[in-house]
Amino acid sequence: MSDHEYVPQSKFGKWFNDRLPLLSLASHLTDYPTPKNLNYWWTFGGILTFCLITQIVTGLTLAMHYIAHADLAFESVEHIMRDVNYGWLIRYIHANGASMFFLAVYIHIFRSLFYGSYKSPREIIWIIGIIIYLLMMAAAFMGYVLPWGQMSFWGATVITNLFSAIPLVGEGVVNWLWGGYSVDNPTLTRFFTLHYLIPFLILGLVVLHIWALHIPGNNNPVGIDVKKPSKDTVPFHPYIVIKDAFALLMFMIVFAFFVFYSPNILGHADNYIEANPMVTPAHIVPEWYLLPFYAILRSVPDKLLGVVAMLSAILILAALPWLDTSKIRSAVFRPLYKQFYWILLVDVLVLGYVGAMPAEGLYLLIARVATAYYFIHFLIILPVLGYKEKTIPLPLSITEPVLGGFPMASAVKKKENLN
Amino acid sequence: MKHTFKITYLIIFLLAGTLQVNAAEKIDLLKTDWTFKGLFGKFDRGSLQRGYQVYTEVCSSCHSMKYVSYRNLFEPGGPEFTEDQTKAIAASFEVTDGPNSDGEMFVRPAKLSDKFVMPFANVKAAQAANGGAYPPDMSVLAKARSGGVDYIYSVLLGYEDPPSGVTLDDGVYYNKYMYGNNIKMSEPLTDGLIEYVDGTTASKEQMAKDVTTFLMWAAEPHLESRHKMGFKAILYLIILTILVYFSMKRIWSRIESEV
Repeated sequence: MSDHEYVPQSKFGKWFNDRLPLLSLASHLTDYPTPKNLNYWWTFGGILTFCLITQIVTGLTLAMHYIAHADLAFESVEHIMRDVNYGWLIRYIHANGASMFFLAVYIHIFRSLFYGSYKSPREIIWIIGIIIYLLMMAAAFMGYVLPWGQMSFWGATVITNLFSAIPLVGEGVVNWLWGGYSVDNPTLTRFFTLHYLIPFLILGLVVLHIWALHIPGNNNPVGIDVKKPSKDTVPFHPYIVIKDAFALLMFMIVFAFFVFYSPNILGHADNYIEANPMVTPAHIVPEWYLLPFYAILRSVPDKLLGVVAMLSAILILAALPWLDTSKIRSAVFRPLYKQFYWILLVDVLVLGYVGAMPAEGLYLLIARVATAYYFIHFLIILPVLGYKEKTIPLPLSITEPVLGGFPMASAVKKKENLN
Repeated sequence: MKHTFKITYLIIFLLAGTLQVNAAEKIDLLKTDWTFKGLFGKFDRGSLQRGYQVYTEVCSSCHSMKYVSYRNLFEPGGPEFTEDQTKAIAASFEVTDGPNSDGEMFVRPAKLSDKFVMPFANVKAAQAANGGAYPPDMSVLAKARSGGVDYIYSVLLGYEDPPSGVTLDDGVYYNKYMYGNNIKMSEPLTDGLIEYVDGTTASKEQMAKDVTTFLMWAAEPHLESRHKMGFKAILYLIILTILVYFSMKRIWSRIESEV
C-alpha cells in the first residue's frame, strides 16, 4: 500500500514478517501519508474508535454483574450502581458513552457531507459507514432496553411493533421477535445477546472502513486528490496521531462533565421506574439520537408508510454518492451546495426537536414539512445542483499557489474557519 | 482554535433538544439551596440524619426502600451514623429469615447487611392498604421523576385546597405540583409533626428539605465520590490537554507554523 517496501532490521523480525507481515502493517499505519491540511473535523474518526473501545470495555465489565432476566434486571442495575466497586462509574460511562458515540458519529457524518468524502473513489468507505451507523442504532436501542425500566419496556414495545406494519406476516414477525405475545423475558434475553454481539460486528466493520480508507487515502478540506506521498502529505505518526490525541482529550473533557456532573440528563427519568406492563408512560420518547427518525416515522399518517419513510431516510444515505451528481467534493468550492448543506443541518435539528414533542398540532405540521424537505434535499436538490451549480475554480494542489484566487492552503483553511 | 468553539457550539445545539424536553415538562417548581449540587456538592450530614428520621417516622409506614441496606447508613458519603448507632437502628427492625434446620421460617432482628425492611409484603398488599394506589419504592425516586429533588420538595409542600369547580373523589387530594394535580397521598408533613433528635425545629419546609436530601442520597449513594473524582479527572484531563497541545505545536512546527 505504501510506496516503499518495509524490511525489518533484525533477522528474527525478517523471519517473522515473512510469515505474518504484522511489522509491515505497523509500518504502513505509521507512515500512512495523510493530507496535511486536515482540520479538526477529521479527528472524529479517532474519537469514534475510542468511543467503540470504551463501550466494549465498560460493557464487558457491566455484563459481569448484570442479570438479563425480567424480574432481576432492574435490581441488578441498582446492584451495580450501589455495591459493585466503581459500578456507578462504569455504568455512567457506558450510558453516557452511547450519547457521546452518537454525537461523534453525527459530526463525522456531517463532516463527510460538507467535504464530499462519500464521493468517488470513497463510496465503499461511506456505505460501510452507513452499515456501522445502522448497527449502532440497533445496539443503542437494545442497550436501552436492558435496565428494564419503563422507557426500556415501552420503547421496546413501540419499536418492535413497527414490524407489525409489514403486510400479511407482520404479526407473526413481531411475535417471533418477542419470543412470545408481548415484550417479556424472552425479549430481554435475546436483546442482551444481540447487544453483546453487535459491537464486535461494528469492530469488524470499522477495520474494513479503515482498510477501505487506506486505499485512496483521506479526503481533505480542499477536496482535491493529493499526490501520495508528497509535500502535501504528512506521515500519520506523529503528526496526525498527536492532533487526534489533542482533539480526543478535549472530547473526553466534555464526556467527563456528563459522566461526573450530569450523568442522567441525557436519559429519561421514567427509566428509573421498573418496567410495568400495566402502566403506560405519558410520553414514550426514544433517546435523543434517534429523535429525527422518530419524527419522520410519526409524520406519516399510515403506519406502514411511516416505517418505510423512516427506513428510507437512513437508506437514502447509502445512495448519496450517486444522488450527488457534482464532481466537486468540498462545499468550499460549491457556494450553492454550502447553503443547502446548512439548511439540511437545521432541518435535521428541527426534526430532532419535534421528535421529542407530542405529534399534534403545529409540531406535526413542522415535522411533515421537515420530513418532506429531508427527502427533497437528497432526491431533487442534490441531483439537480450537480448540473446547475457554478462552482469556484479548484486549486491545483493543497500547497501550491494557483491561478484561481486561492494563493495558499492556509488561506483555504482560514476561509473555512469563517463558515 | 475556532474549530473548538464550533465543536462546542454544535454539542450545545444538538443537546438543546433533549434539555428542552425536560424543561417543557417542568412547571415552576419550588427551589431551595441544595448542598449537593455543583462541582463540589456534598450532602449535609445533619440534613441526611434528620432526613432519615423523617423517612423512618413518616414515609416508611407506606413507602419501601428496597435497594438500600442498613450498612449504607454508616458508609462514607451518606448520613454517616456511627457503626453502633447503625447496628441499633437495624436491630429495631424485624426480618423474616429461614428456613432454619427444622425447615421453619423465623423472625430475627435486622443486621447491617439486610436491605431496608419493607412496610408491605408485596405490591398488592401495599395497594390494598392504600386505596388502590401503590406508594412507590423510594430507593431511586429522586431520579425517577423529571424535576428530581425540586419536584419532590415541591410536591411535599404543594398541598392546597382544590380551586373552585374542582371536585375530588374520596381519598384524593389536590396538589399544585403533582402531575395532573391529583394525589392519593394525604399531606404527609405538618409543622412539628416529629421531634428532631438534634433539636432542629421541625417546620414543614425543614422536614421536606431534609427528607428530599435523604432521598437524593438513597438514589445516588456515591454522589460525593462522583463529584470528588470528577474534579480530579477533569483537572487531569485539562492539564494533559494543555501538554499535548504544546507537543502538537512543536511537532507540527517541523513542517509549518500553523496547525
